[in-house]
Amino acid sequence: MISTKRRVFLKGTLAAGTVGVAVGAGLLAPSKLLAAWPSEAFGAEGLAAAMEAVTGSSDVADGDVTLSAPEIAENGAVVPVSVESGLDNVTEMAVFVELNNQPLTAHYVLADGAHANVSGRIRMGESSNVIAAVKSGDTWYKTVQEVKVTVGGCGG
Amino acid sequence: MSIRVRAQESNGVINVRALISHDMLVPDDDGGPHFIETVEVARNGSTAITANWNYTVSRNPFLQVELDGSSGDTVSISWTDNKGESDSTEVEVR
Repeated sequence: MISTKRRVFLKGTLAAGTVGVAVGAGLLAPSKLLAAWPSEAFGAEGLAAAMEAVTGSSDVADGDVTLSAPEIAENGAVVPVSVESGLDNVTEMAVFVELNNQPLTAHYVLADGAHANVSGRIRMGESSNVIAAVKSGDTWYKTVQEVKVTVGGCGG
Repeated sequence: MSIRVRAQESNGVINVRALISHDMLVPDDDGGPHFIETVEVARNGSTAITANWNYTVSRNPFLQVELDGSSGDTVSISWTDNKGESDSTEVEVR
């Protein structure tokens, strides 16, 4: 119930157009990602920089995040990845591939009524750790899984 | 261009599966990078999930999400890419 009220509050703030004020006050940092396609985060090279651009820290704690991906992917061009979390009040989710040139692959913003359960297919240039991160309340949590790639899938 | 969407409700949860036709060109491709940057999934006209993607999302992207809702609701999927192209479609939840 508390989380429901919180969402109503957040929606109210957005509706009132005071989100800029909230960001200015540091209440929503680093949710600048909510605004538009986050070019800085997607362009970041290296896992630490990419995670910092998304979450505000390169040191994200492990938590209740489930990443479903194959242990061995024969084709790096199409690697199925699902991210799920049992945490309350999840507002953002992100998928990183550590050894891709640009680790941030996908970033999801969840509104009220959206479940913390998203699936897609990603490209991996080589065998790498895949990191799924989820923002619950004000805190990000992550999980890591290694995916071995037989044939890389980033072209070139 | 096309978007194929299936939205099925079960126990108050809509399972949305979308298959978008897009080449998702990486920087090394001719004409690349050319990729979908943003996908919006809306239920009854309200945005439920915004997906921001890099070119490292696979060609002809697949997206599956879950939303609260019921059969008869409408679910729409719309995307825009980094060259300003876009597409959208709407389905009724079964």
